[in-house]
Amino acid sequence: MKILLVGNPNVGKSAFFSRLTGVRVIASNYPGTTVGFTKGYLKLGDEAAEIIDVPGTYTLEPTCKAEEVACEMLPEGDLVINVLDATNLERNLFLTLQLMEKGIPMIVALNIWDDTKHRGIHIDAEKLEELLEVPVIPTVAVSGEGMKEAVAHISQAKIPSVPARTHSEIWAEVGRIVEQVQTVTHRHHTWRERLGDASIQPLTGIPIAAAILLASFTIIRLIGEGLIGYVSEPLVEKLWQPLMMDLSGAMGGSGFWHDVVVGELIDGELDMVESFGMLTTGLFIPFGAVLPYVIAFYLVLGFLEDLGYLPRMAVLIDNLLHRMGIHGYSIIPTLLGMGCNVPGILATRILESRRERFIVATLISIAVPCAALQAMVIGLVGDEGIQYVSIVYATLIVVWIVLGLILNRIVKGFTPELLIEIPPYHLPPVRIMASKLWMRTIGFLREAIPVLLAGIFVITVLYALNVFEHIADFAAPVVSGLFGLPEAATDALIIGFLRKDMAIGMLGGLDLTAHQLVVGSVVLAMFFPCIASFVVLGRELGLKGLLGSIIVMLVATVVVGSLLNLIMQAA
Amino acid sequence: MTEKRRITAAQMKAGQSGWVVEVGKGRGMRRVEAMGLRSGKRITKVSGMFGRGPVTIQIEGTQLALGFGMAQKIIVEVT
Repeated sequence: MKILLVGNPNVGKSAFFSRLTGVRVIASNYPGTTVGFTKGYLKLGDEAAEIIDVPGTYTLEPTCKAEEVACEMLPEGDLVINVLDATNLERNLFLTLQLMEKGIPMIVALNIWDDTKHRGIHIDAEKLEELLEVPVIPTVAVSGEGMKEAVAHISQAKIPSVPARTHSEIWAEVGRIVEQVQTVTHRHHTWRERLGDASIQPLTGIPIAAAILLASFTIIRLIGEGLIGYVSEPLVEKLWQPLMMDLSGAMGGSGFWHDVVVGELIDGELDMVESFGMLTTGLFIPFGAVLPYVIAFYLVLGFLEDLGYLPRMAVLIDNLLHRMGIHGYSIIPTLLGMGCNVPGILATRILESRRERFIVATLISIAVPCAALQAMVIGLVGDEGIQYVSIVYATLIVVWIVLGLILNRIVKGFTPELLIEIPPYHLPPVRIMASKLWMRTIGFLREAIPVLLAGIFVITVLYALNVFEHIADFAAPVVSGLFGLPEAATDALIIGFLRKDMAIGMLGGLDLTAHQLVVGSVVLAMFFPCIASFVVLGRELGLKGLLGSIIVMLVATVVVGSLLNLIMQAA
Repeated sequence: MTEKRRITAAQMKAGQSGWVVEVGKGRGMRRVEAMGLRSGKRITKVSGMFGRGPVTIQIEGTQLALGFGMAQKIIVEVT
């Protein structure tokens, strides 16, 4: 048996799904978190029912990609659990009445039931059940309240018998139902609502946004550096380093396989950053240096997501983004991309038009540095002074904006206007935040570790075959002539395709000036994304889109690298 | 007795309320209606971004942010 969870966006379907199946999914307090669909199983008596979390939709006439997925899936269901936001009964019932025409057995879950009390809303669930003629169960998926009752009522699902109606007939019917089952008492604005309104008005909203961003970066750095300084570095120094030295001794201290496995000895010691062995640099960079920042980043982002802040930010920044051919909602994939480009590019699915998705995905892969890259840039350039790190960031922001303005002119198609629901603020439950952080961290490790280990292996072999020399000869004029970097940096930039972290380590070994480090970091950040995001980019945009994106990337990198070099020399 | 005027949601001031008398046609406007912004509803404008930016509107328990062009197609009766 296939059971579909259907409802408006942001009514808690994903939390509901998690409760039914025990499958952990990422749920956030903004519409459109679930774009593809997620499957899980629920034991019903002797049978295992398949539960499908369908992307949220307002109507059964699709108006965006996520809604298309929802409508295509509907005929496959044997039963529908229609999840409603009880605090928005009227709007939610429109979909319910449309669903009732489909001839599929259904039950109705009045989710977010706990919030109705705070909001002065009283709903007569029994009366609603009588009017709809299908089981109606109040639930609070986040806390689990009412979930047992919901499961118990699945067997009592009924096929509603209603004639096909027009939109206005459905709205009229919705109006009649709401009038009979719902009473709303007046109450005062809560502080959350006041804060919500303040953060969406230009005069108060922009300072609030600036303060939130500043606080976010400060907290991310504090947590990231704390984890590195107090956890990963001591662990490596006390435990891993001695073990690796023993292994190095056992392998004879040098030779091809020695260098592949533990890396080259530097002054008789193994260096976790510069030795480049699979078990030293290959493990330390992702686990020791990058993972702490990834954890810190996703923790803060997860909090902002569940709080419900991101859609407000989308409204504030919509004006600027529209000039770049995308709309405010694009800020969500872009922010996600600052953790790891892969989930960022995947999240472009929440955008409606192909054109927008191309522009946002291309901008992410070129101008949005992932946590790994940022950690490396800070490590490499930070020694020269914070002002140089700022130049790298400022350049990338300018590139992001200017490239967006240009892409808006050259990419065909149109960009629809912003239209989103602004969710109320919620203080996120710790359990949900922890679960989300865990899933994202595991996801990052799954993506990053194989790529890093494969990369270091391939590079070592290619090095032995002298492949890099030929490419380096070809690219050297650009690197030294236009970017003002020594020819030896060419290797580093090319290796950057497979391993950005290693490339930055190599640049660090070249005794570059501060100016050269800045140019090198920017070029490396803009130049090819790592293999994992490259593959996802191709999958999301198709071959044509991928080629277009690569051309933009190459041109932008050469132009920006040269310009930055000229400016830095003149300054 | 105050006089009733018809203006667009884009012309409303932040904090001003009114009754929706017409939701125009066009791209995305069906979705606007499906999201609950329909003729006969009482709405309050929460904010409008400067420079023809998005307009945020409160309808009962829901807040919607919509593009300036869409807000211009929503006719509201205010007093």
